[in-house]
Amino acid sequence: MNPCDDPLELYRRMLLIRTFEERVLESFARGLVFGTTHAAIGQEADPVGVLSCTRAGDVVVSNHRGHGHFLAYGGPVDGLAAEMMGRASGVCRGRGGSQHLHWRDFYASGILGGTIPLAVGMALAERERRTGHVVVAFLGDGTLGEGVVYESLNLSSLWKLPIVLVVENNRYAQTTPIEQHMAGSLPARFAAFGIPAIERDTTDVLEVRRLAQPLIDAARSGAGPQALILHTYRFSAHSKGDDTRDPAEVESYRRADPLPVHAARLAAPDVERVEREVQAAVDQAFRAAETAAPADPRSLTPALGSER
Amino acid sequence: MTTVLESLNQALRSCLADSADVRLLGEDILDPYGGAFKVTRGLSSEFPDRVITTPVSEAGIVGVGVGMALRGLRPVVEIMFGDFVLLAADQLVNHAAKLRWMTGDEVRVPLVVRTPMGGGRGYGPTHSQSLEKHLLGAPGLRSVAATALGDAGMLLRTSVLADDDPVLFIEHKLLYGLALLPAGVGADFEVQASEDRYPVYRVRVAGAPGPSVTLASYGYPAEQARLALKALAYEHEVFAEIVVYTQLSPFDARPLRESLGQTHRLLTVEEGTRTLGWGAEVVASGLEAHGPGLRAARIASLDLPIPAARTLEAAVLPGVESIVASALALLR
Repeated sequence: MNPCDDPLELYRRMLLIRTFEERVLESFARGLVFGTTHAAIGQEADPVGVLSCTRAGDVVVSNHRGHGHFLAYGGPVDGLAAEMMGRASGVCRGRGGSQHLHWRDFYASGILGGTIPLAVGMALAERERRTGHVVVAFLGDGTLGEGVVYESLNLSSLWKLPIVLVVENNRYAQTTPIEQHMAGSLPARFAAFGIPAIERDTTDVLEVRRLAQPLIDAARSGAGPQALILHTYRFSAHSKGDDTRDPAEVESYRRADPLPVHAARLAAPDVERVEREVQAAVDQAFRAAETAAPADPRSLTPALGSER
Repeated sequence: MTTVLESLNQALRSCLADSADVRLLGEDILDPYGGAFKVTRGLSSEFPDRVITTPVSEAGIVGVGVGMALRGLRPVVEIMFGDFVLLAADQLVNHAAKLRWMTGDEVRVPLVVRTPMGGGRGYGPTHSQSLEKHLLGAPGLRSVAATALGDAGMLLRTSVLADDDPVLFIEHKLLYGLALLPAGVGADFEVQASEDRYPVYRVRVAGAPGPSVTLASYGYPAEQARLALKALAYEHEVFAEIVVYTQLSPFDARPLRESLGQTHRLLTVEEGTRTLGWGAEVVASGLEAHGPGLRAARIASLDLPIPAARTLEAAVLPGVESIVASALALLR
């Protein structure tokens, strides 16, 4: 995705994620989508704000809750809808599904934490190849329970790599609240490895941008890894219908919904036009996916390029 | 005389010299130490920017290797003892092995993870194992085992420079000091190499008549099988053939089928534990390929941890005498 500071375009990107994910959940309910999914409804400002500060060629490493990262990166909405529906026209030919997306320099996996050393290795490769690219890796509060993350923080700092770690703290690891899964201080986890960390409780896409830009610039200029800790909230369940939170708590965070927070700054006719355009794009993507050919078992090529 | 260790070391040197994309990573691999088993000795002095010493973080450094491979480099990660490879099992099975396929063949992971396996040196339960059986059969991960036959360095060089998929490269510790036995007809053995990228070797006693039993093996146990071959020939007038695999996974039954067509008897020889191991797959594949009438047996380690005491370790690991005895039993 090209860098972007146009407020209306930032709104469009957030709305695209929101509309897409609501459509995914609705499609599950209607039995149109098979498997599982993890929506990030409420967290849209994180990927849109952060990735609006990146350049073409920068690498993005995402996780199981990655549709927002993918769309904010500029991944095709039609290819994503088709992937979710198990179509041959999906971005990964139906093999990856919701949690395993790849497009251009975007990578994602459903293994929490296992992606972080990959991101560090990518940053090492970008520096060794002198590309000037930065790696942006997203992880959640739950993933900070995985030990390999700490090996990776150590390596990234030891080698002063061009990587920005974005922690989206949505306060829950699946259904377990952070108070029951994390001891000590979240920012101190980065400080222990000498990684500068900025922490903010915000769902304002412009503020996320303001925070992210200097970190990405610093990582690119050789200052080593940087961390951005965003305290956020997801309105959607962990997956499809497994929400054990108090509805009153979920409701209390609605005032911080990143879409109205940002829309309040925009002209109403512009917002309405963008809403129509985004709705049409998502409708079109799902219509095309619904009628596309299912992934063909004959496309199951061997797992190795050459068996011998 | 070139040892397996020298051959592997020279291969890594040639990879670094021939491709600017190659990087070596591992714990304690820099000179003057040069790695726990010295496979990387001298390389950090010659290529100081491309041989990278790491913290004690097996999962982390294998993951770093996967990331480097995804972004255009050809990393080689050393895991100091094969026992530690389980710390990186998630990186190998869930990341390295799957990425190419699950992205719809859009990416490549040309990563090599090298590691010494095996016992016989009294290192005890956590520094002596042959754990590759736990990783064999993972779709998308190739497993290759060094051998003293042919050119061990060429196997490694192929894995590093000519393979775009992830390779787990297994080096049995007792191979390092052994001299390479080149393919061809030697004083004691005839060694025939297949044309495969990772060749299958067929070994017979030089000048022996057609074999009556097939031994299937890899790595150091194939050397024990070689000693058994001589004992069978000279002490019992029984002639056998060893089929030595270098690519363990994916498994190719064809070379075995040819040999079994002659012998109808199969003895597998491995150092991993016996139950649900490599030999079980070889026997099953051999039976499918051969059809009824195959007699088979397995030589492997006992289903126990590997003890430290010399006498206990020798009782747990496979030995030459048991190979000879099992081969003779198959002929009775």
